[in-house]
Amino acid sequence: MSEPVLKAGGLVKSFGAVVATDSVSLTLNDGEIHALIGPNGAGKSTLIKQITGELTQDSGSIEFAGKPLDGLTPQARARAGLGRSFQVSALMPEMSALQNVVLAAMVKEGGPYRFFRPVLAPGPLRDVAEAALDRVGLSTRAGARVAHLSHGERRQVEIAAALALGPRALLLDEPMAGMDPEGAARLTTLLEGLRHEAPILLVEHDMDAVFRLADRISVLVAGRIIAQGHPDEIRRDPAVRAAYLGDAP
Amino acid sequence: MTRETALNLALALALPAFVASAYVAEEPFLITLATRAAILALAATGLNLALGFGGLVSFGHAAFFGIGGYATGILASHAQDYTPLMESPFLIEGTQAMLIHWPVGMIAAGCAALVIGALSLRTSGVYFIMITLAFAQMFYYFAISWPAYGGEDGLPLYLRSSFPGMNTLQPLPFFTLVFVVLILAIGFCGMLSASRFGLALHGARQTPARLVAAGIGPFGVRMTAFVISAMLTALAGSLFADLNRFVSPSMMSWHLSGELIVLVILGGVGRLFGPLAGAMLYVAIEHVAGGLTDHWQFFVGLLLLAVVLFARGGLIGLLAGERGHV
Repeated sequence: MSEPVLKAGGLVKSFGAVVATDSVSLTLNDGEIHALIGPNGAGKSTLIKQITGELTQDSGSIEFAGKPLDGLTPQARARAGLGRSFQVSALMPEMSALQNVVLAAMVKEGGPYRFFRPVLAPGPLRDVAEAALDRVGLSTRAGARVAHLSHGERRQVEIAAALALGPRALLLDEPMAGMDPEGAARLTTLLEGLRHEAPILLVEHDMDAVFRLADRISVLVAGRIIAQGHPDEIRRDPAVRAAYLGDAP
Repeated sequence: MTRETALNLALALALPAFVASAYVAEEPFLITLATRAAILALAATGLNLALGFGGLVSFGHAAFFGIGGYATGILASHAQDYTPLMESPFLIEGTQAMLIHWPVGMIAAGCAALVIGALSLRTSGVYFIMITLAFAQMFYYFAISWPAYGGEDGLPLYLRSSFPGMNTLQPLPFFTLVFVVLILAIGFCGMLSASRFGLALHGARQTPARLVAAGIGPFGVRMTAFVISAMLTALAGSLFADLNRFVSPSMMSWHLSGELIVLVILGGVGRLFGPLAGAMLYVAIEHVAGGLTDHWQFFVGLLLLAVVLFARGGLIGLLAGERGHV
């Protein structure tokens, strides 16, 4: 197999005496969905933040698309092709869905420091954004203000924005959170088709979605990865059953 | 045409209409009053770019206003005294030309904004407010303690600076000039707001984390807006010096910074024509209530309170409703 797109090795992060990330290593390969699961407080968010650059690891290294990410700002990591969605929807509430996605497409299409032409004028930037909205099935709502969109639609906008970045990998932090079963099912179908556009590191509590989508699963408990492998292996793993699946079906 | 566009058009026409009637009625003082409103509107339009679009509550824009004023004052005072500004290493003469005053003041203010922004934009909220205030106070005390240009007493100018093909000493041509500059500045801000940069700037105000996820660093976006904002306010300061034919440290005092914020809030934060609406309202109160009592600012306070409590969108928000998608 070719080199993984994302490779984290020996990540350690502690806050005072609490070791939130305890020598975690994981990889994300082209064309796969790698799910990261674990009970609340297992350190999933802390791990994600080290990959996005919001936190700096105490030791260990992260490689992305063949280059080390260490020392890069979160925006530089995004420019390198790390697309992400937030655990709690973080969009521009006063903008339309299209404007949100256009903003994400800017960096690939010449950057934000252009002062004269209207941003929504027809052109490649708008085309990329509209294609991304279409990809997530939201083109009919392009002109709606984000504040007026439903929770599920906002999730779709987030994913469209991540796609508009032209990502080499997607980091989705609980995309199903707060969605009704129907919406979650629709999103699952969407994500299933996305893995060939960009591999996905998926943090998710919805176990139906995880076992349906994931090619590999890593189980994080108390900052450590206690098991890693194919969904079937994870399902059978006694340590995982004890630590996690048993507690939170 | 949306309601806001219609309102903007009405606002843009109100001031010239007022001036035209003042001209017919031969009331040059009222023309000067309208010019004052237009200049304050220009200064607040600059502030609105940072405060309204970028969410940067600068309490130090008086510094930029003053820098623009002193650029005009210093250049013009050397011209009227026939003394060079600088002899070595090369000769710089004073000048009365607005077309030189403006860029000099704007570039000086832009440089000051780069320095102030480099420090203040790393903070947010109350700290940002306080750092911008502190810098403006430094400029204020510097102007007070600079005897070469009048120090505390200020710097009187005998003439208004010149503009090609115009007698700027007459109220009507000067108003026309100021008003055209104001409309161009508002148009420029409208263009910025709709551009890529504008979208990024609005984003930096709304959800900076999303901007970062899009690969755009908020700092650079905010800094650019802060510098452009300072330059527009400096242009207003330069015109203000010509209006009064006088420059003094009070142009840099925190009162003026506060006044500009009040104008923006009264008119409608982040609304393109908000500063103009705010400035017209403010100058009208100053003139009408100021004729009745020395404590006219009491009425401004009442109005501000009403706006903050009941009409968050200011005058524009009240009349035109919610802002469009930005």
